[in-house]
Formats: sequence, structure tokens, C-alpha cells
Amino acid sequence: MPITVKVLDRPIEDVSYVKATLKGMALTLKHLVNPHKVTVQYPEEKWQISPRWRGTHRMLTTETGKAKCVACGLCPTVCPANCIKLVPGEDEEGNRYPLIFEIDEFRCIFCGYCQEVCPEEAIHVGRHYENAEYSREGFVYDLERLTAQTHPVCEMWDPEDPRGE
Amino acid sequence: MIEPLALLQLVNPQLPPSGTGVFVIATIVKMLIVFTIYMVGVALLTLAERKISAWIQDRHGPNRVGPSGLLQPAADGLKNFMKEETYPEAAYKPLFILAPILSFIPALTTWVVIPFGAPFPTRWGRMDLVVADLPVGFLFILAISSLGVYGIVLAGWASNNKYALLGGLRSSAQMISYEISLGLSTIPVLLLAGNVTLGAIITQQAYGGWNVVNLTIAFFIFLVAAFAETNRLPFDLPEAESELIAGYHTEYSAMKFSLFFIAEYANMVTASALMVTLFFGGYDVPFTPRDNIGPFSGWLTILSVLIFFAKLLFFLFFFMWVRWTLPRFRYDQLMSLGWKFMLPLALAYIIVIAAVVLVLDAAGITRGAMHSSILGAVNVVIVMIVFAILDHGRIISPAYGRIDAARLARLRGVAGRSPLASGGVR
Repeated sequence: MPITVKVLDRPIEDVSYVKATLKGMALTLKHLVNPHKVTVQYPEEKWQISPRWRGTHRMLTTETGKAKCVACGLCPTVCPANCIKLVPGEDEEGNRYPLIFEIDEFRCIFCGYCQEVCPEEAIHVGRHYENAEYSREGFVYDLERLTAQTHPVCEMWDPEDPRGE
Repeated sequence: MIEPLALLQLVNPQLPPSGTGVFVIATIVKMLIVFTIYMVGVALLTLAERKISAWIQDRHGPNRVGPSGLLQPAADGLKNFMKEETYPEAAYKPLFILAPILSFIPALTTWVVIPFGAPFPTRWGRMDLVVADLPVGFLFILAISSLGVYGIVLAGWASNNKYALLGGLRSSAQMISYEISLGLSTIPVLLLAGNVTLGAIITQQAYGGWNVVNLTIAFFIFLVAAFAETNRLPFDLPEAESELIAGYHTEYSAMKFSLFFIAEYANMVTASALMVTLFFGGYDVPFTPRDNIGPFSGWLTILSVLIFFAKLLFFLFFFMWVRWTLPRFRYDQLMSLGWKFMLPLALAYIIVIAAVVLVLDAAGITRGAMHSSILGAVNVVIVMIVFAILDHGRIISPAYGRIDAARLARLRGVAGRSPLASGGVR
């Protein structure tokens, strides 16, 4: 379907430049004196981000301080960006745990599938956006770092409550 | 031998100083003060521009360097000094270096003849608050300000860059077109003042009322032409970011770019000062003739300087206000406005004003309230005619609109006669 452009029927005799200019200048003056500004003064003042914001990851821990992860391997499987590296291990009691769990935040596309697929609710994407680093290596978060994160985690979209009420 | 007149001048501080020594020292001091204030003022104007643009767009503007961003110009200046000077390989270096200087110097020079305050008495005689009180004052400004276009054209040519060249070409076309209207719009002012010295024009306004009342149309023409002369929006075709990258200063970096930038703001200050002087009574303190004929005093000088700067700041604000309101003209709109509207209007206005002044002089009405109110009434009529009748799709041709049948037929006739239609190119 072609795009239809709305053409105003404006006879040339009705077009007044001076009138339009004065109208425009009144409008800009109104904005000039308007004390309400839209800028957020970033480092001091921060934007309220959505509860469904998907930022850098966080690994939740049990009461004993160990990572909840059972190294089931679902998250590296589901990850479309292939950014999760998981090497599973097993302790004396036969419980699986991750020997290596690394997320390359540079590769990550923050889709949140890892959080959705996790049966233990261990890995989460976080409500966090300040992740500058001095090197590329700094963006590979290991298990220790992922468990040390304290920022709030993302609330995934709930089909029963689509508006998040 | 001491001349008696010189002795008299020495004891009476109301008379201009005699002797070259006092004059030279006073001029050097005035030059230093004016130059310093001017440069600092221009630097602060760049901040003011950013602040005003921000406020108009509901933002805060620069507020990180110093208290509410006041040191931003210093930071910008430092950055421009530290930056690398780049020279394009294809550029013609001598002119490439000369061009910023050529646009910077006239911008600064024009200020010297503008009186910015009433004279004040000192023990060495009366000091005029103008760097050089030239008897040809106003003509000097017209002459020097038209030199500024050389800097821009040469910058465009010497850069050897298509965008820069187009910017330079546009600038020369625009400046030449609008310089005529600018010059013609000031002729009514000279008709009333009978003198080209800016001091005389201010004195005339002190008695005969501000010229914005006497000569409203001349003021509007001057205002529009001043916008075009300073290359400010809506006439910034030489720069035109969206079409020409940055126009004539595309290839410039660091301090050379900064010189163009300073020149633009300096031109703006000069244009504003001229509007204040020619049409808004300059430094004249209302309701007292003492600032024009004396006896002078220091307080009066301070008051007159404040009045002058208040008016100046208003016009500088006006320049910025317009810049962030109006979009840029199309090239054909620019040209047709300059040649087909402003030039005939300015010419007709000269004739009208000359006739009215002649009639008033013949009727024996001297310059004063009566003279001024008759001129004002004439102006009200002309303003009504121009803005209520002429301004309907004519001052600026709209981008589109319904064309009447006769005009369409004429356009088709023009198209039919062109070699394109008759198979010249097939």
C-alpha cells in the first residue's frame, strides 16, 4: 500500500510569514521561561528504570552463600549469543555445581532467556546499567563476580499479568 | 608657548582634551578596555547561546564547568588552543591561514566607532566613550563590515573542498544582496540626522524620538539584513549544516575555526550595537539632554553605559531567540526576499520618508514631538500595508500552496519555451 501524504489545501494568499514567525517566537519564549526542564542530571539524579529492565547478570546465592546454580547446562544451551561458559563439577554428595561459570557481557544480547530457562532461579539479568570497564577482559564476569553483584534483578514478563500490575 | 585655548581646556573638564599625549594614552587605555570586554563578552555569548538554546528546548544547557557552566567558554577556549591544527592536503595554505584572520579583524574593527556611553569629565579633559570618534562613523562601519565576506569566500576557496566552496559562494551572494538593503535602509536615518557621525544620530534621537518610531520599516529592513549579514539563522546558508556539513569552515580546526566562531559573535555584537545606535537611541538617557550636551558627570556616564548595554543585550538575546525559532530559508527564498522584496521596499521607503521630511520642513515643523508623531503615523500606515496586505505568500514564498490558474498557465508557458521541452535534450 502506498504511503498517503496529507496535503493541506492552503491557498497562497493565506500564508503569512510574519504572523507565523511571531507565533513561533511566542512558542519558543514560552518554552524559554518554562521552569520545567526534561533533562535528568545523570550522575546525581537517576532515571527510574523499568522493573523488567534486562541489564548485566547476577547469580543468586543460597543461605550458606553458595551460588544456587546446579550446573544443569540449560542456560548455555538456550543462550542465542553463546556467551555463557559452564564447566560442571560434582561434590562428594553427588551435587552438581559449576566449576567455571563465566558470562561474556560483551557477547550477551540481554534477551533474558537464561533467567527464564533457569530451573533453580539462580542466574538473573539485573536492573543495572552502569558497567563501564577499562578493558575488554573486565566484561567477562566469573562466578565470584556474578554472585557478588547486589543490584535488583529483573522481573520477567508474566503472561498472567501482562501489564505488570 | 602655551595657547590660551589649550589652557582653558586643561582647567575645564567638560571640554575635549588638548594635546596629542593625552589623546594617545586615552585611546590606548580605551582600546585595551574595549578589547578585553569585547572578547570576554563574545566568549560569554557562546555560553549564552548554548544556554538559551537549551532553555528553549526544555534542557538545562552546559552546567558542569564552574558555577552553572560559567567557565564553559574558558574550557572551550583552552580546548581550541590545545587542539591540533589540521591543513588539508589540497588547501592553498597562505589563504587558508589568512582567511580566518580576514574575517576576524573586520568583525572587531567595526566596534571602534560605536559610542557606548556619555562622555565623562576627567582632570585631563573630557573623555568620549568611543574608541575612535570618526567623522565618517557610519560609512566606516558599512565599509569595514563588507570586508568580512572576503574571509568567508577565501576560506571556502582556499579549503579546496566542494562544500566549503559552495558555502563561500552562497555567502558572497547573500552578503552582497543584503548589503544593498542594509545600506539603503539606513539612508532614512541619515536623512533625519543630517550627519553620518553616530554621535549626531544619537543626539538627533534624543530630541526627535527613537528612530524605531520614526522609521519603523527601515528598522525592519535593517534587522533582517543584519541577520543575513551576520550569517545567523534563518540566513545561515553559508553554513547550512544539513546541506554543506559546515560550509566555509568545514576544513578548519582548532583556533582557526574558533576565529570564525568569534567573528560570527563579534559581528552579532556589532550588528546589535548598530541597531541600538541607529534605531533605539544608543546610550541616550531618556528625559535629560545632559548626556548629549553636558555638563557631564561620572554617574551620568555609568547610567548611559548601563542603558546602552541593556539594549545591546536585548538585541543579542533577540538574535539567539530568532535563531532557535526559525528554520533556514531556501536559497531562492533568500534571493527573492533580498532582491524582489527588501530592495524595492527600501527604495520606496526612502522616497516616502524624504517626501514626508520635505513636507514637514516646508510646513515649518521642527524636529520634536510633533515631527516624530507625524512620522510615526506615516509608519503605522506603511507597516499595516506591508504586514497586512503584502505579506500573503509574497514575502517568503511558501514551500507549497495552491497555485491559481493564471500563474500555472504562465509557468507552463515558460516550461514550454525551454529547450528541454522542445527536444533539445533527448
